[in-house]
Amino acid sequence: MKALLALFAVLLASAGHAQADPQSAEPPPLEVDVTGGQRAALPIAVPDMPTPQESATAAGGTGALGRQVADIVAADLRNSGLFTPIGPGGLHAVSFPQVTAPDFPYFATTGAQNLVQGFVQANPNGSLTVGCYLYDVAAQNELTRQGYVVQPRDWRRAAHRCADAIYSRLTGEGAYFDTRIVYVSETGPARRRIKRLAIMDYDGANHRFLTNGQWTVLTPRFAPNQQTITFMTYQDERPRVMVYELDSGRTRPLVTGPNMTFAPRYSPDSRFIIFSMAVSGNTDIYRIPVAGGTPQRLTSSPGIDTGGSYSPDGSRITFESDRGGSQQIYLMDADGSNQRRISFGGGGYATPVWSPRGDLIAFTKTGGFRIGVMAPDGSGERILTGGGYAEGPTWAPNGRAVMFTRGASQGELWYVDVASGATRRVPTPLGGSDPAWSPLRP
Amino acid sequence: MTRLTSLTAIAVALSLTAGCAHRRTANELPPEPPSATAAETDATGNQDGNVTGAPLPGSRGDFLQSVPADRVFFDFDSFALDDQDRTTLDAQAAWLGRNAGVRVTIEGHADERGTREYNLALGDRRANAARDYLEARGVAASRMQVISWGKERPANPASNETAWAENRRAVTVVPE
Repeated sequence: MKALLALFAVLLASAGHAQADPQSAEPPPLEVDVTGGQRAALPIAVPDMPTPQESATAAGGTGALGRQVADIVAADLRNSGLFTPIGPGGLHAVSFPQVTAPDFPYFATTGAQNLVQGFVQANPNGSLTVGCYLYDVAAQNELTRQGYVVQPRDWRRAAHRCADAIYSRLTGEGAYFDTRIVYVSETGPARRRIKRLAIMDYDGANHRFLTNGQWTVLTPRFAPNQQTITFMTYQDERPRVMVYELDSGRTRPLVTGPNMTFAPRYSPDSRFIIFSMAVSGNTDIYRIPVAGGTPQRLTSSPGIDTGGSYSPDGSRITFESDRGGSQQIYLMDADGSNQRRISFGGGGYATPVWSPRGDLIAFTKTGGFRIGVMAPDGSGERILTGGGYAEGPTWAPNGRAVMFTRGASQGELWYVDVASGATRRVPTPLGGSDPAWSPLRP
Repeated sequence: MTRLTSLTAIAVALSLTAGCAHRRTANELPPEPPSATAAETDATGNQDGNVTGAPLPGSRGDFLQSVPADRVFFDFDSFALDDQDRTTLDAQAAWLGRNAGVRVTIEGHADERGTREYNLALGDRRANAARDYLEARGVAASRMQVISWGKERPANPASNETAWAENRRAVTVVPE
């Protein structure tokens, strides 16, 4: 049944505007339940957003922007797997005065349970105001309203924030649409694959490359404060962890010395990076201030200890180790004490990543290369992805969705909603691997 | 396939340099060198372009001609050396003993059936296993550096047992 629901969600996600069929969904509760067993996608009408006065802006006319904002809001809600957007295409036009006085009887005939309306207005100082209103169609009342003032070039962010407000109001969960992905763009034959650092909005828009491909780069991660990105590079044939400053574009090594460093991840307060260092064939986990300093060794087993990831409160670290003979997931306190294994489900486990909510650890199950989750005490293991090679999960900032690499030889970025199991591919201009999801943008 | 390619390269080099005084490992080579062109490249993309005469002593071409292989292979998720690997590394150590000015890089690699970061560590283990053996055979540690490529540079890009076996390797790279 879960697979059917997932398939249903995928089909919905891939359908165009006109494909939304309100008759196919059970009458849903007012609120979306993302944790329980019933997960019918909620029909929600998203008509084009009018403008009080057509104006030219650096991002195009406000009328056109109103249609584009509605498109993005609908796409975001559809991407979550939890909503079935109706429109913008095929719906009656909404006039500017109707934004705050919806035609509820009309929208009731579309099958929508909820309604998103809004407007786009150009301001005298060159900025845009995007209004965003959420209504309950049956109850005929307003559930929330938000306004966003942005520069024209950031109009997509206003749309994502509108969708975030709707998602949060209807699910009770944290938002995640106004986010970015840093990942490794891949092209070329496997023996000479070119791997470039790239960054984009969570939905693939505003894509740009951060490195030129001269050197292989791997495993980028966002700092929680979003001021730096850490990643591994083979620059000068010296594989090691670097810190990239997003504002200045400067890059510096995290650690000096001849040993390979890799698998970096930030502490929740952005002050430290834990990383792995291979010394004479033995890999252990270390911690160092982002600003630099002396590495502090956290593990000392003769096995491979790598893939460290902090709990959201910073008190513990999950990591993988083959000290017991196979790759398994372990926990330790942030100072390296109290190390204990938590994965006992059979087979190998790798790349544990702690959810921002703290309730789950996502991992790669190495036997069939599937993405799964388990509670931090090792209980409740659940596999999220089906056939096809998958590895390297990264959490959405609300802890409800995971992005990962799919494909061993030619990588793609994929996304799975943890509750529904709905998956979809994340568009990238070339191949992609090693995604890292940013926190919500400030 | 990689091992065959290496042997082919060696054989080609040998066929082009008959009478060379450095042909001390001739008895380890296939008896009948194929008539392949000199454009054969080894799995690291390197080529012995010296088609008109003997490789210079101490060169990569000399190394490839003088040893059974430039690489050793490992079992799945293992970094243990077997007898064949030790034979290969013994020959490499002997060559390095004769060419004391040469510094080498030992590349460790993994097949695709491991997660990215684990494979980086595994490649490092494999490179160090070869490095440690060479050091025990008298090659100064200061002449060797290791680099792990994890699963980032497969010798054979296919996804099957043959390819995986070729990709689980440690390659001793002599500068051109």
